[in-house]
Amino acid sequence: MKHRILAATSGVALSALLLAGCAGGGTDSGSGSGAAADCAPADGPVTLEFTSWIPGIEKVVDMWNTENPDIQVKVQTGPNGNNGTYQNFFNQIAAGNAPDLGQIEYDALPNFLVQDGVENIAGCSDVVAAKDQFVGWAWNQVALGEDGAVYGIPQDIGPMALFYRKDLFAANGIAIPTTWDEYTEAAKKIRALGGYITNFSQSDINQFAGFVWQAGGQWFGNDADGWTVSLTDSASEKVADYWQSLIDQDLVSTYPAWTDEWNNAYNSSQVWTWNSAVWGANSISSGAPDTAGGWAVADLPQWNAGDKVSGNWGGSSIAVLKGSEHPYEATKFALWLNTSEEALTALNEEANIYPATTEGLKLPSLTQGVEFYGGQKIYDVFAKAATEVTPDFVWGPTMTKTYADVSDGFKAAVSGSGTLADALQKGQDATIGALESQSIPVKK
Amino acid sequence: MSAVTTSRSPLGTRAGASRSGAIREPLVSRTSAMLVMAVFTVYFLLPLWWLLVASSKSTGDILTTNPLWFADMRLFSNIGDLFAYRDGIFLRWLGNSLLYAGLGGAVATLLAAMAGYALAKYRFPGRELVFDVVLGGVLVPATALALPLFLIFSQVQLTNTFWAVFLPSLVSPFGVYLARIFAASSVPDELLEASRLDGAGEIRTFFTVSLRLMSPALVTMFLFQFVAIWNNFFLPLIMLRSEELFPVVFGLYGWNNQLNQIPELRGLVLIGALLSVIPLIVIFLLLQRFWRNGLGTGALK
Repeated sequence: MKHRILAATSGVALSALLLAGCAGGGTDSGSGSGAAADCAPADGPVTLEFTSWIPGIEKVVDMWNTENPDIQVKVQTGPNGNNGTYQNFFNQIAAGNAPDLGQIEYDALPNFLVQDGVENIAGCSDVVAAKDQFVGWAWNQVALGEDGAVYGIPQDIGPMALFYRKDLFAANGIAIPTTWDEYTEAAKKIRALGGYITNFSQSDINQFAGFVWQAGGQWFGNDADGWTVSLTDSASEKVADYWQSLIDQDLVSTYPAWTDEWNNAYNSSQVWTWNSAVWGANSISSGAPDTAGGWAVADLPQWNAGDKVSGNWGGSSIAVLKGSEHPYEATKFALWLNTSEEALTALNEEANIYPATTEGLKLPSLTQGVEFYGGQKIYDVFAKAATEVTPDFVWGPTMTKTYADVSDGFKAAVSGSGTLADALQKGQDATIGALESQSIPVKK
Repeated sequence: MSAVTTSRSPLGTRAGASRSGAIREPLVSRTSAMLVMAVFTVYFLLPLWWLLVASSKSTGDILTTNPLWFADMRLFSNIGDLFAYRDGIFLRWLGNSLLYAGLGGAVATLLAAMAGYALAKYRFPGRELVFDVVLGGVLVPATALALPLFLIFSQVQLTNTFWAVFLPSLVSPFGVYLARIFAASSVPDELLEASRLDGAGEIRTFFTVSLRLMSPALVTMFLFQFVAIWNNFFLPLIMLRSEELFPVVFGLYGWNNQLNQIPELRGLVLIGALLSVIPLIVIFLLLQRFWRNGLGTGALK
């Protein structure tokens, strides 16, 4: 099975390469893709197509369908975005049969924007009015391109915090680190005991981006003149040097993330902490079942003592794909799905979706203690972190390629050739090259 | 098989032929051959063994117990869970796969047999050209055709339907090639003459005489095509959006994708993978007798 999935994934990657040329052709590349869609209600009943990979979402949509006989939504499914669904969206947009609504992660949205794949829904009055319901920075993730444009409705966010083994820290008399300097000190003590404080992931570049996000870095910028790329800004270099020094001192393990090896390192208590997003809570309980009750959650370590800044890892939006004939009904549904208490509650129960609205952060299911974490109300920590995320981090239009390039460099750095900072420099150069090869204007 | 029958002379007498007439290879070469085969057998069977063992465990035990030996035997309750999950969507996928691969493989075999037979037995202008084009088709990977197919099917509004996966599965250039080679060697022209003289039409001759003579090749073609359709991943990925149309391989891929958020799926993916290879194993065991014949005959003549 493992083998088959791997083969399948590489098949997708290969074909994505083959197809990239076709899918990219024929669309205007550039920042911003035109005026807001005309947002008038349809005359009669409407059926919308909605593609999402969120498990169990059809149950939530059924709730909508029973209440709204005139706007019926048909759920379609597929693999996670980067594992095939995004490529499918581009193919379908080219063929003119894309679904009305699609799930798109924040870091992929700019790609759809420059490929002219998503509708600007700022023309829908409900959308603009809904802005204040959302966590501010989450809204910024969908308000891209020209001023006032909106390219999706935020669905979930991934504010980051520190998952740590409370039992091990207590038993060994090590204080919970609140700054990254203290984190290094704790790492040395833990290493002396034979463990690792955390695992540095060579492949989760969006986790690293979350660290940069927290440090106030800014990988991309976009205005009327084009895109800026700054993977090597001072904050990014600070973060890269920090982790490089932990790797050099052998204070962190370097298992490939999301593998059995990695799960096992946590499950066998070899690795003590994980700086992860809110959705990571489930990853730990599934990957390290033997450690139940030993975990707790604290704020992400800070760069300066006393600061209160967090980063974000993951999160997605519901966008109206280009060619939809019913943007009015589509946004109406998307707003219900992502702001109404009944939908958010159901999404949270079905698929552990962490809402992007300020009200959603107070859902009853998110204010209870979690058994795996010794009964701690861990979501209180994340709700606080959600308000402390730096507001204006921007993703670039070629994140898949940027992730791949940086990840290559990280893998090399972990095995001792080059540094994380070198990898960022390579990613920087390759990203600029990729943008230019797609005729996307780059400011230097 | 052929190695034994062809090397039956001087070497045989030196090594001392056994009474039955077969030759005994020198002990060293026999042992080393066995050893190599044993290594490969283990190599190929180990993943299956792992899959079987992992399928019988609870989700928690998969990661924590010895990966190559059983812990708590929960195979059947796992199967029950799998069939119950989301109203038995897995069974639906399994049925879809059987339909795509079974019916698709059968029709593809028939079409390829007809084409190969025509290329072998009828002389017409452009025959070699047609055959060369078909041979060229063997070289084009199915993956490369998926996107053009998607665009074509979009034009006729057949994406996300049964036909989107079924119709492309009916084409088997390799089958045509095999059928031509086999028909040329195993269907004697004299026999066709005879049946024509007896008044049978071409179509009747094909179905009553030629097809039967070609049956070993047909089994080979069917097996190849069945496996190819069963394992086809990229076409469903591009064509299908409705879960109820998914073949089992693609459906399991989707579940595997959700492991981060729904960890209990891990067990279901494993048991699902185990069940999804069983039809392949069954069909191979049932048909391997014919298959070996088919391959051998094609190669020798």
